[in-house]
Amino acid sequence: MSAAACPPLLSARSLDVSVAGRALCTGLDLDVRPGELLAIVGRNGIGKSTLLGTLAGLRTPAAGTLTLEGRALADWPARELAKRRALLAQSHEDHFASTVLDTVLVGRHPHIGRWSDESDADVDIALAALAAVALRGFELREVRTLSGGERQRVAIAALLAQQAPVCLLDEPVTHLDLDYQIETLELFARLARDEGRAVVAVLHDLNQVLRFADRALLLTGGGQWVCGPVDEVLQAEVLSRAFCHPLKELRDDGRRYFVPA
Amino acid sequence: MSRHPPAALLPSSAALRAGRRRAWVLPLLALALGAAFALALAVGSVTVSAAELWRIATGDDAGTAGAIVTSLRLPRALAAAACGGLLALAGALMQVLLRNPLADPYVLGISGGAAVGALLAMLAGVAGLLLEVSAFAGALAAMALVFGLSHGQGSRTPTRLLLTGVIVSAGCGAAVSFILAVASEQSLRGMLFWLMGDASTASRPGVAVGALVAGLVACAPLARDLNLLARGDGTAQTLGVPVVRLRLMVYLLASALTAIAVTTVGSVGFVGLVVPHLIRLAFGNDQRLLLPASALAGATLLLLADTAARTVIAPAQLPVGVLTALLGVPVFLFLLNRHR
Repeated sequence: MSAAACPPLLSARSLDVSVAGRALCTGLDLDVRPGELLAIVGRNGIGKSTLLGTLAGLRTPAAGTLTLEGRALADWPARELAKRRALLAQSHEDHFASTVLDTVLVGRHPHIGRWSDESDADVDIALAALAAVALRGFELREVRTLSGGERQRVAIAALLAQQAPVCLLDEPVTHLDLDYQIETLELFARLARDEGRAVVAVLHDLNQVLRFADRALLLTGGGQWVCGPVDEVLQAEVLSRAFCHPLKELRDDGRRYFVPA
Repeated sequence: MSRHPPAALLPSSAALRAGRRRAWVLPLLALALGAAFALALAVGSVTVSAAELWRIATGDDAGTAGAIVTSLRLPRALAAAACGGLLALAGALMQVLLRNPLADPYVLGISGGAAVGALLAMLAGVAGLLLEVSAFAGALAAMALVFGLSHGQGSRTPTRLLLTGVIVSAGCGAAVSFILAVASEQSLRGMLFWLMGDASTASRPGVAVGALVAGLVACAPLARDLNLLARGDGTAQTLGVPVVRLRLMVYLLASALTAIAVTTVGSVGFVGLVVPHLIRLAFGNDQRLLLPASALAGATLLLLADTAARTVIAPAQLPVGVLTALLGVPVFLFLLNRHR
């Protein structure tokens, strides 16, 4: 694990994020390096999604700087930025009918020139992405006929087809069955480890954070935050305060688990 | 039990790639438009045979039949076809812009504004080019009003745009009713025909034809961006689409196309709603195909409807908008029920 030696893919310096005058995150310094999985945790409405959207460049921060590969996020041309960072949104709207394959091919958009169409290679990349979420065979299904969990896996496949080195995931495992939750997180942990991608994921299950994340960013409200290696940040006392409910730490087979007391 | 389907049952990548290509759709629709055109030129008070049509097309003098075809039927057919294409294209764009498959080109008040302009001109006893200029000015005024009012604190969200358009339309409707109430008996018939949509007075098809070609050319490089816009602003923005600029462009383009169509043939209904909807049901929601296919199908539909409008109760004429509505309402209700 030589992640610390690599230059960061995504960096925040003195970042302030606020919504309608309410500070969600103040003075955030963050480096996300290739090969690591960073989990963002915190209570509902504390600003996890807003922070993720800001890191993706969809929102302008109140103050501070954000850089991707050393270049200010705002200076990236939109299409070039889209080749380098992908965002999995928390909800997926489907206003019009569309097949699963076409929905996944959307992820190829930034890679295809304005005057070109999806190539055979793009279709193959989309099919490989569908295979990665165990949805091969669903290509011609209408997305609106899928279950919530299947729809979520289609969105993950579209994100995979985008092939961005920085993956920002807003609750990637919601709606998923337990086996797919584990498979999905294993998939992203593998993408980080084997392909050197940087993964930032908003997660709710603290035990999944303990198991899959390298570092954690805990938002505690009022703009306060704690960031560091998972084992340092995730401590029963600070978590109990952050989630307004006492948490108890269990140990089994050398692993730590949190359960609500 | 395995969670994964056996590999043998999976559609092959080659089959899936082939299935996405629909190269035959546009030539087929173009062929249909050509046939509708020949029909429109051939039928009427004087029936022109295919052989005569060929002689006229190749430049031979064909006497009275030639004069009827080139000076009466051709401009009208061109205007009807171009406006059908404009309305269907504008409708398809509005459906993406408002992210609503039930939007039509008139939903943002453009036809209402044009109607107020046209009826005011008729009230003042103006006809011909000035009437068209007045209708176009009305359409632009409604467009500017909706555009200005819909720009609140945030961006122009589909909901805000839609609500503003509905309200401006309602205001225009009231103004139209007022003008009809105070208009003289003689001008009333002309006003009603204009409101229902009527291609019989369309004598200058050049503007509409040019606008349709320009509109299609303008859409071609944007079509894949529009596919993403239809999936939501967030998705589009994440994937590198300049959402704010694109929404503005689509709004202005769709409005301009509608304004030109309405100025030329009046508020012909249902073409802009039903045609893109039908094309989407048949061939999917890929704007690269949907936009040109809608334009071709819309042109064919309005051309056929106009041909019927001037022949079914000949020598009297029906406003073409009545026919498109009579056709459109049952088709639309059928589609709605199918979607339940």
